[in-house]
Amino acid sequence: MELDTTVQIELYKSMLRVRLLEEKVVELYPDQEMKCPVHLCIGQEAIAAGVCAHLKSDDYLFSNHRGHGHYLAKGGDMRALVAEFYGRTTGCSRGKGGSMHIIDTDVGLLGTSAIVGGGIPMGVGAALAATLRGEDQVSVVFFGDGAFDEGVFYESYNFATLKKLPVIFICENNFYATNSPQRARHAGSRIADAALVFGSTGICVDGNDVEAVHNAAGTAVEHARAGKGPMLVEALTYRWKGHVGPGTDFEAGCRSEAELREWIDRCPIKSFRTKLIENGILNTETNNRIAEAITDEIEEAFQFAMDSPLPEPSDLLTDLFS
Amino acid sequence: MPWTKVYSDRSEFDLAVEKDPALRGLTYRDAILEASTQLLESDSDFFILGEGVDDPGGVFGTTKGLAERFGTERVMDTPLAENGITGVAMGAALAGMRPLLVHMRVDFMTISLDQIANHAAKWSYMFGGAVNVPLTIRAIIGRGWGSAAQHSQSLQAMFTQVPGLKVVMPATPYDAKGLLVSSIYDDNPVIFIEHRGLYETVGHVPKELYNIELGHGVVRREGADVTIVAISQMLSEAIKAARRLSNEGIECEIIDLRTLLPMDKGIIIESVKKTGRLVVADTGWKEGGYSAEVSAVIAEEAFDLLKAPVQRVALPNVPTPASHVLEAAFYKGENDIIEAVKRVVR
Repeated sequence: MELDTTVQIELYKSMLRVRLLEEKVVELYPDQEMKCPVHLCIGQEAIAAGVCAHLKSDDYLFSNHRGHGHYLAKGGDMRALVAEFYGRTTGCSRGKGGSMHIIDTDVGLLGTSAIVGGGIPMGVGAALAATLRGEDQVSVVFFGDGAFDEGVFYESYNFATLKKLPVIFICENNFYATNSPQRARHAGSRIADAALVFGSTGICVDGNDVEAVHNAAGTAVEHARAGKGPMLVEALTYRWKGHVGPGTDFEAGCRSEAELREWIDRCPIKSFRTKLIENGILNTETNNRIAEAITDEIEEAFQFAMDSPLPEPSDLLTDLFS
Repeated sequence: MPWTKVYSDRSEFDLAVEKDPALRGLTYRDAILEASTQLLESDSDFFILGEGVDDPGGVFGTTKGLAERFGTERVMDTPLAENGITGVAMGAALAGMRPLLVHMRVDFMTISLDQIANHAAKWSYMFGGAVNVPLTIRAIIGRGWGSAAQHSQSLQAMFTQVPGLKVVMPATPYDAKGLLVSSIYDDNPVIFIEHRGLYETVGHVPKELYNIELGHGVVRREGADVTIVAISQMLSEAIKAARRLSNEGIECEIIDLRTLLPMDKGIIIESVKKTGRLVVADTGWKEGGYSAEVSAVIAEEAFDLLKAPVQRVALPNVPTPASHVLEAAFYKGENDIIEAVKRVVR
């Protein structure tokens, strides 16, 4: 199904915003002013963009340690995100969380867990809350192929299907859990098929094709909102950077450079831009204008973060309890 | 105040009612059932979930009849997926509900420690207070009849090691109801640990819904010679011990902390100021246990008040055995408390 051009442009902008923000992190990380681990999603942006395009601001979202893309695509405040990288009081978690623990309740992002699979049951619980209250929100959980190793995935999927809860499971399969390849961990290779055991539906899509992701997520969101329960969307993708930090990891022997090059050739943003230009939806001038606007927003966000106050040592003991 | 009184058995309570007809007797079990019922009646955000909460037994009677009355959406049986369901309850709490998750055994909570310790306990602090988790988890300590190693653990110390949790252990029916209500209305995760040995105890319980503020202990018995801090079921053992010791001229002051985390340090220190002696009686293990924390607090903050070393009455460092002979050797009770008191007052 061909998407409306406005939607296409929005998807493109959403992906580019994540990419340019993270490239800025890569550029400035060596300054050691962002004193926390960063798990970058460069190469995986199409999934966050394609899924979140379907969500309303009061729909719930739970993410993981590699969550910057989800945060931005859901509409999270970029300045608060960057300030969190810098450990500032203006950060989305007031400097208590760092890059792995980001939140924006105004747009329904209720947190990101750095325990693999940890956010999945919470997403199911938020969907349960919506159901008990008779409201029409859906809940989305983003997790990686590593979470498919965890028992809590199965516990959560079973319960969500049993109770027909409005939750969408998005597995970003980038084929690696830290440095352990999927083939070394999974007896099967098709994660989406796991849905079948529960009498539910799994969809496997090219996670680097933003329109394919958008279509699959649209089906799953519609299904959930109609009260028919969860779907499992497996989006195949690849992270360009190492598990953690701004560098690549093939030099260390974690993966082959050839494999990385192959996936860089399948860049979700470049291929979509080419398509939009070929179809006359985007031209170089508009593209530059979009990129400039995003770059300005990013510059402003980093400036805001660096100008923001650091916590006082006395802040150590606050926020433990509400 | 009738609610501070601990009755050793039903007949003692019946005698009390003869003197004061306004007293309303309820078992510990029924106090929990009544609190749950009234919360379900009064608050649409409140719901109960857990393994077997809708079964005919109703978690030793504490949820009996609730599913029939309020429906299986609000009193929801769950799959045997302790970690996942804890996360589900937490997610519902984040989305504005006030769930009560029920485990028939504390032991089952070890499977859900990831969601409790890594998630529920962290979510407020880790996100700078942007969200809170009004989740209460009830769990029951089993004891006796060969319950053995996996159906009898008293794991409160494990939970008090986790910042971000509150840990509550009511020892009387009055507290069971009032503390459960307060736990539900606390905006933070609360671990609410009951003791199976207390379920039949009877005490005064007002009919209306009431709160008992978390974090406050209570003096159950006044005495000048030794302070006994008694946790959960050890309270009734301590009271029995104190009566016998009184016949020998030793007067014990008994403190029931009610909330373990945060600890009411003040009430212990005030009592030790008077008595100069401390015995801590806990239902849990001795090594690295909660009794160690109470002892350490007094050593750090009130050492000069002590006339004798602190004594602890707690479990030996082995799992719970099944044979009744070994069980009797394993569990501590009034005789152990009496011996501990005599060690410090001689």
